[in-house]
Amino acid sequence: MRSDTRTANQTDKVLRTENLNIYYGSFLALKDINLDIAKNQVTAFIGPSGCGKSTLLRCYNRLNDLIKTFRAEGKVLYNNQNLYGADIDPVQVRRQIGMVFQRPNPFPKSIYDNIVFGPRINGFKGDLDELVERSLRQAALWDEVKDKLRESGLSLSGGQQQRLCIARAIAVQPQVILMDEPCSALDPRSTLRVEELIRELKEHYTIVIVTHNMQQASRVSDMTAFFNVNPTDGKRQGYLVEYDRTETVFQSPKEKSTQEYVSGRFG
Amino acid sequence: MTSTQDTSPYGNVGSLRRAPTSPRTLFSTLMNVVVFTCVALALLPLLAVLFYVLAQGISSINVEALTQLPPPPGVPGGGFANAIIGTLLMVGIGALISIPFGVLAAIYLSEFSSGPVADWTRFATNVLSGVPSIIVGVFAYGIIVLDPFGLLHYKGYSAWAGGFALAILMLPIIVRTTDEALKLVPSELRQASVGLGATQFETVTRVVLPTAIPAILTGVTLAIARAAGETAPLLFTALFTQFWPNWSGGLQGPTASLAVLVYNFATAPYKHQQELAWAASLILVLMVLLTSVVARVATARKVYQ
Repeated sequence: MRSDTRTANQTDKVLRTENLNIYYGSFLALKDINLDIAKNQVTAFIGPSGCGKSTLLRCYNRLNDLIKTFRAEGKVLYNNQNLYGADIDPVQVRRQIGMVFQRPNPFPKSIYDNIVFGPRINGFKGDLDELVERSLRQAALWDEVKDKLRESGLSLSGGQQQRLCIARAIAVQPQVILMDEPCSALDPRSTLRVEELIRELKEHYTIVIVTHNMQQASRVSDMTAFFNVNPTDGKRQGYLVEYDRTETVFQSPKEKSTQEYVSGRFG
Repeated sequence: MTSTQDTSPYGNVGSLRRAPTSPRTLFSTLMNVVVFTCVALALLPLLAVLFYVLAQGISSINVEALTQLPPPPGVPGGGFANAIIGTLLMVGIGALISIPFGVLAAIYLSEFSSGPVADWTRFATNVLSGVPSIIVGVFAYGIIVLDPFGLLHYKGYSAWAGGFALAILMLPIIVRTTDEALKLVPSELRQASVGLGATQFETVTRVVLPTAIPAILTGVTLAIARAAGETAPLLFTALFTQFWPNWSGGLQGPTASLAVLVYNFATAPYKHQQELAWAASLILVLMVLLTSVVARVATARKVYQ
């Protein structure tokens, strides 16, 4: 069951999928996804465990390439270029589409070196110090670490480490930031901090966030996509149930399973 | 205790007191004693060796022993300075050959290969690590010392042949421990690097390797410690000599080493030579100990947590 997600105006749709089917070996994990992500908005992917939200997210920056049995059929279009085209370099894709992971994973280097890692390998020629300050300010971390930039990134608390990872992702100046359950390893206060940050960031970046936390999705996102699993022969096949404005999905969803999920009747 | 507790299938459940004579407690205590005894027995050989070598060798350690050449049989004085230098030299040559090859091979194994290629390479490495050191010595003898194909500039017994033999012994240790060290680097670090737009080469050199360095260094230390003490391979490749290493002649010709000196002098019928052998043993043990301690201190960051 899929909703019609195509709107007439396609120029401000940064990421689009067309009939995307994702296989692990011969197992079809995600079936026939057609989804348009709008520019400078926060889009949330919600759904029960194993429905393929993270898998879809990782298609956008070709991180699924690291899995040997992965295969994608259909198209993933970024600014109307198919990311899975034969002539596309995944390294360049990841430069423009960044990612923040579920558990904070700063490098065992100094805070400064963490931030400049991306720019350095991408040949940044400008003022690194200024870039570091700008990225840390955007990530709402500058005041807390400005005096200890040479200390290890691992010496920070969990919430600070995650904001460091966000700053690190921003430093390469991507267009899109993908966030895979960025707050699930954080305490509630840090979570709210990061959510605040996401609301600020959407001014400059397009954000797609996978979350298990429905309250978070309703707080933070403009659009919400609900995925569900179709148990076929005991294996879980994911599909897109409904994709609409967040208020609609949470208050007046069109599909019954959406209604049941957001009201907590299953998950 | 009341009668209701007496009827519980567990017996006297209510009592919180110790029961040192209960079978469970007795057995537990007995096993604690057994385990502790085993630890003591396991440490005993190590401590015994260290103390004995120390006791026998310390009296013969003096400036002369550390700076002079070995004396002819029956002549007092002299030392084993050439053996110290020879060991350092040949272990150094071995390290220079085996470390680059070993680390690069392990990087390939861990980061770039998969499936059957990786499995067979690991298997081959394990087999190589089990080859007796004397076989390695004979191999080096056949290839380097005899130079059957006439390919080498230097032939015959030499420090190069000795270093080559040691390199073959060190190689599997370095490959295995580097492989393990790289596996210990969490994949989430690799993913973070790749997610920022790094190529695989950049990820390996800028993230994975620096993180794995402490563990790699530990492996290198182990390999060096092993190589420093090997005797059999050096018997066929470097032999022994009473003279300094042949610096001006490209290190050709037999070269002394601590292990072979101990081999030659320990059973010699001259008391003074036996004393020198003990002193050399002590120096060798101390060198290996020092290398381990230095490596531990230098990599105080320990393995990535």
